[in-house]
Amino acid sequence: MNLFSEQIEHSLPQTGEATGALEILRCARCGRDLVAEVVLAGDAACPYCGNLFRQPAYRRIEAIVDSGSFIEIERETETGDPLSFPGYRTKLEKERVKSKMQEGVVIGKATIKGQRTALAVMDSYFMMGSMGTVVGEKIVILAEFALHNRLPLVIFCASGGARMQEGVLSLMQMSRTTIALARHSAAGLLHLNVLTHPTTGGVTASFAMQGDITLAEPGALIGFAGPRVIEQTMRDKLPEGFQTAEYLYEHGFIDRIIERRDMRETLAAILALHNAGHTETAGQGARR
Amino acid sequence: MMTKETKLPIKALQTKAVPLEAIPIDALPIEADPAWASVMSARKEHRPQARDYIDKLFHGVFEVRGDQCMGDDEAIVTAVAWFETYPVTVIGQQKGHTLEERMRCNFGMPSPEGYRKSMRALQQAEKFHRPVICLVDTPGAFCGVEAEAKGQGRVIAEHLRAMAMLKTPCISIIIGEGGSGGALALSLADRLIMLENSYFSVISPEGAASILFKDSSLASEAAKNLKLTAGDLKRFGIVDGIIHEPEGYSRFHMDESTEAVRKSIRNALKRLTTLPPDRLVEQRQQKYLNMRWQ
Repeated sequence: MNLFSEQIEHSLPQTGEATGALEILRCARCGRDLVAEVVLAGDAACPYCGNLFRQPAYRRIEAIVDSGSFIEIERETETGDPLSFPGYRTKLEKERVKSKMQEGVVIGKATIKGQRTALAVMDSYFMMGSMGTVVGEKIVILAEFALHNRLPLVIFCASGGARMQEGVLSLMQMSRTTIALARHSAAGLLHLNVLTHPTTGGVTASFAMQGDITLAEPGALIGFAGPRVIEQTMRDKLPEGFQTAEYLYEHGFIDRIIERRDMRETLAAILALHNAGHTETAGQGARR
Repeated sequence: MMTKETKLPIKALQTKAVPLEAIPIDALPIEADPAWASVMSARKEHRPQARDYIDKLFHGVFEVRGDQCMGDDEAIVTAVAWFETYPVTVIGQQKGHTLEERMRCNFGMPSPEGYRKSMRALQQAEKFHRPVICLVDTPGAFCGVEAEAKGQGRVIAEHLRAMAMLKTPCISIIIGEGGSGGALALSLADRLIMLENSYFSVISPEGAASILFKDSSLASEAAKNLKLTAGDLKRFGIVDGIIHEPEGYSRFHMDESTEAVRKSIRNALKRLTTLPPDRLVEQRQQKYLNMRWQ
């Protein structure tokens, strides 16, 4: 059974036909029905078995940064339809309404337990976090912002890959983000990735796998090709647990798997190790 | 499969300026759409491949094999060779012509070993200040259990970064199929050139059709929407130049186009080799950072 592809289906908020109806999420692990609004407003975990749902970007930011410290940049960047791709404009409109997001990534700066950082959080509720020109551009802008201000960079990845509706322009975002992050990295600054469910395709094949440190959430699907594509290529069922965070950890691609409730502490500790002299709170071995 | 090379009807239609709408839909051959014609042409059995170009364009070829870690992937050919008076590094994706060769090359779908071999070639090129010539031709990076376990995504990411930072000139030529990330890995370059009937796309037209229309047989329709031809990419400012292909272009009749390819490599090298490495890298990076379409 492929637990994780089912989780995608079940954890999508169902837009109920009757307005005002409660959206129901079914836990992929224990099968219980949960009220979406309640679960997603908290830590997006099943209260019965602890199974993780995909967490909306703003909820994640709230849970991780110091209260009131997050300053968003480039919030209003609008997505165009550069290829005049059939149905794309309507699709974007629907996604904006459904997810209450402008695009698939939120960027800005914040402090995490006093540690200053640039932060990008992808949101898989907006077109499965796919990377088109705007997502790519926002990552580029953030990397340049972090370089200019000598800040570390934390990216929460969640993406189905490059966005088909923007064609080869989406593909070029892999080159663009790679370059912007390479410049940030060459300046001796930290790039930390947290891979969340799902991280696949063009995002895996670019910035998600270019960090100095790579963390992941338990059970997250992480891979280059999606499981269905591989099954079609192999004409066979995939081994159980294939392409999970645990599988990648065993194969040496991930430094540590972090529970959501431990994320803030872990990030702060790693940032402090790399951030000596750049903290806002004094006395943590400040040194330049 | 020894199908006779058929002439693509689109050229004839264009020269006579017959509006496509004037032709009844049933009478329209499937190749009539220029995007789909390019895709079909890029996949033709006898289309020249990386090894054909290597034979024609370079001399004193010394092939570098293996990633010195896991194995040798024949879907990627790497070599040191002479291009006229320049020693260069050549990295090409090879699909294979005969069935036997196709199987050895995994139909041109590289595995992590291939990209690691390619990175080895890039490192040496940088060490010896040799320009790099990439010949791109793949339906995509291989999608299999083994490839995933060995970090397909990771090696492509690493390869992209290596090309982003490469302190030696790099010219990339899309000679056939530019299939998604597997092709992109070799195309972050100072100059990106496409052959007239090659294509470069985020997803295969079949893949797009099965997502869009739930029917992979509508691939020609999807190809049109994906804007994947050399002309489209030139308009977007992604590609620096297009090389014309003569009619009936195949590995048996490639002299005319080989000359055109040779000329564009020569011109690019003349300029790029005069730049100090830091300027070269800065210029390459700015080219991509300035690509904005919002």
